[in-house]
Amino acid sequence: MRANCWYGKKDVRVEQVPDPKILNKRDAIVKISSTAICGSDLHLYNHFIPTMEKGDILGHEFMGEVVEVGPEVKDRKVGDRVVVSFPISCGNCFFCKQEMYSLCENSNPNAWMAEKMFGHSPCGIYGYSHLTGGYAGGQAEYARVPFADVGTLKVPDGMPDEQVLFLSDIFPTGYMGAEMCDIKQGDTIAIWGCGPVGQFSIRSAFMLGAERVIAIDYVPERLAMAEAGGAETINYEEQDTYETLMEMTGGRGPDACIDDVGMEAFGGHGIGYVYDRAKQALGAETDRPIALREAIMACRNGGTVSVIGVYGGFIDKFPMGSVMNRSLTIRTGQCHVQRYWGKLLERIERGDIDPGFVITHRMRLDDAPEGFDIFANKEDNCIKVVMKP
Amino acid sequence: MATKRQEIRTRTENVEQGRDRQNGRSPAGLKNGNAEKLARGLGWFSIGLGLAEVLAPRAVAKIAGVDDEDTRLIRLFGLREIASGVGIFMQGEHPTEAIFSRVAGDALDIASLVKAFTSSKSSKGRVAFATANVLAVTALDVLCAYQLSKDGTGGTQVRKSIIINSSPEELYEFWHNFENLPTFMKHLESVRVTGEGRSHWIARAPAGGTVKWDAEVTDDRPNELIAWRSLEGSDVENVGSVRFERAPGGRGTIVKVEVEYSPPGGALGSLVAKLFGEEPEQQISDDLRCLKQVMEVGEVVVSDGTIWDNALLTQRPPQPVPGEEMSKSQSATS
Repeated sequence: MRANCWYGKKDVRVEQVPDPKILNKRDAIVKISSTAICGSDLHLYNHFIPTMEKGDILGHEFMGEVVEVGPEVKDRKVGDRVVVSFPISCGNCFFCKQEMYSLCENSNPNAWMAEKMFGHSPCGIYGYSHLTGGYAGGQAEYARVPFADVGTLKVPDGMPDEQVLFLSDIFPTGYMGAEMCDIKQGDTIAIWGCGPVGQFSIRSAFMLGAERVIAIDYVPERLAMAEAGGAETINYEEQDTYETLMEMTGGRGPDACIDDVGMEAFGGHGIGYVYDRAKQALGAETDRPIALREAIMACRNGGTVSVIGVYGGFIDKFPMGSVMNRSLTIRTGQCHVQRYWGKLLERIERGDIDPGFVITHRMRLDDAPEGFDIFANKEDNCIKVVMKP
Repeated sequence: MATKRQEIRTRTENVEQGRDRQNGRSPAGLKNGNAEKLARGLGWFSIGLGLAEVLAPRAVAKIAGVDDEDTRLIRLFGLREIASGVGIFMQGEHPTEAIFSRVAGDALDIASLVKAFTSSKSSKGRVAFATANVLAVTALDVLCAYQLSKDGTGGTQVRKSIIINSSPEELYEFWHNFENLPTFMKHLESVRVTGEGRSHWIARAPAGGTVKWDAEVTDDRPNELIAWRSLEGSDVENVGSVRFERAPGGRGTIVKVEVEYSPPGGALGSLVAKLFGEEPEQQISDDLRCLKQVMEVGEVVVSDGTIWDNALLTQRPPQPVPGEEMSKSQSATS
């Protein structure tokens, strides 16, 4: 089959590779009908994540048709049309049983690597370095899906791919970012980052009862998309974010803040190394680590800072005094996709939202290198790329 | 059954006590107290000498009778001494490798002194005196390294635990059938029960070899504990136990494994094993994770990158495995 493989910094190639096979009894093989490039794939593309090997197949947002099932797959059968969740989760462990699927204790065969870096390991993830398991990703014609009963959501035949594809990651991720704010009727929510996940946080915050959403970014087309979703916007290249937020909220600050940016600083070998990489990122990508600090400083007393943007290691100058003295709550996590995707599918079916609005580029899988290039450089007003094998 | 187990226990306890009396060891382990004390002494000596070399290189040069024009080398030697010293304290109770690093350092010192002996700028008498001192310390280092590494099962001690969503009863039953162990212990090729409380073990060694040993159960308390020790003539002498403790709040069982073994080839063998990515502590922790997978999801979970092994050194890129390689791996794991 053809697959988009990583070969190094800013070097991905579509190549011929062997077809996947059932390796564990609860696996299914999915023939992929649509697959997307995620903002977090750019961390791999820019080689900020260690433990990548040349030839790794990328991609963790994909869907398709079940073409083969292992002997212990119970609720999926050949022919089912499914969306695949980016967290690989067993469904049986302590965390899966509490619906904290991205913390699955059994799905990362390389847990030891993650333990060295984080103290404990999160779940396995498709196409996302060896640190999260060394699983082949979904920017390919076929993919092996472990624990298929837990890791796939059946979708009705009538709904187009573009409506349901993002249940794999960015819609539930944006939604969890908003849900962690514990939104009360009338709340004002500030959201840093208007990329695809930020767009879904904006819409989810309104769904959950926010009265005002203020979105912060610098890319005009992303701010325009945020406004289309009902948000007020701050272009931080033109206005001071903190001052503007205070002015808009009478000096109290937003009730909750969502960091949908994250920090493009990953590193692997001990505190010193990771710290230096973080500092490098500070120089290279100035807006990114600043988002979390700004969100903390701007949040109202007793408010919540929800961190759904990806962080990899250590950060510099964390304003703990502000967090502690002002009774802030910080909530974080990789999205527990399977906890949300059922009810979000219902919302799509009801017509509350059509997630396809974020798509700006449709391509063939063979054009993945070009897709990465324009997405990474925010060229051609690119917000979201979807590919067909 | 219970009485037979009781018998085994009493018998092995007697064996253990006898051994302890003979060797003057504490029953809890097979440590060598004197070697450890010596190691600590050598650690402080390293740090003291290292500080002197870094802070007062000229004085050190004068005492040793060597040329004091270039103090950089002495300072570097000082840093090496400090690193060895710190290494000894950081390695805990068995600083075998750090002591080996001292032996290597001694060799360097001696080589430098021999070179100084031929130099016109050095004082022959003082160099000879310094060399004699270094030789004496070298003798101590070698003795200490020998004691730490030779001592039977006192070689490597590993303790690991994991929490598993199964009852102590289920886990005990699964573990007690030793022939199940290779399903989650990657390095075990097979375990065959050869008689009451006795079994024959074959494990894969670095670089494609195998090691074999016979073991006997020394303690067996249903749903609670299994302890074993290797018998005479083993390739790898080892003593170990697994405990099953009910976790609080009905959250399954805490499985605690303790293993003490002497790697073939002593400390040097252990270093070689580490070069091959075979770190015993990591191995046992990985094995326990696989046990958890077997109990909670029914089998060991693999990814394309980890299909044969989960040491990073041997990991392949996460691409599906080609057909012909696949059959190879299946025959290796079945």
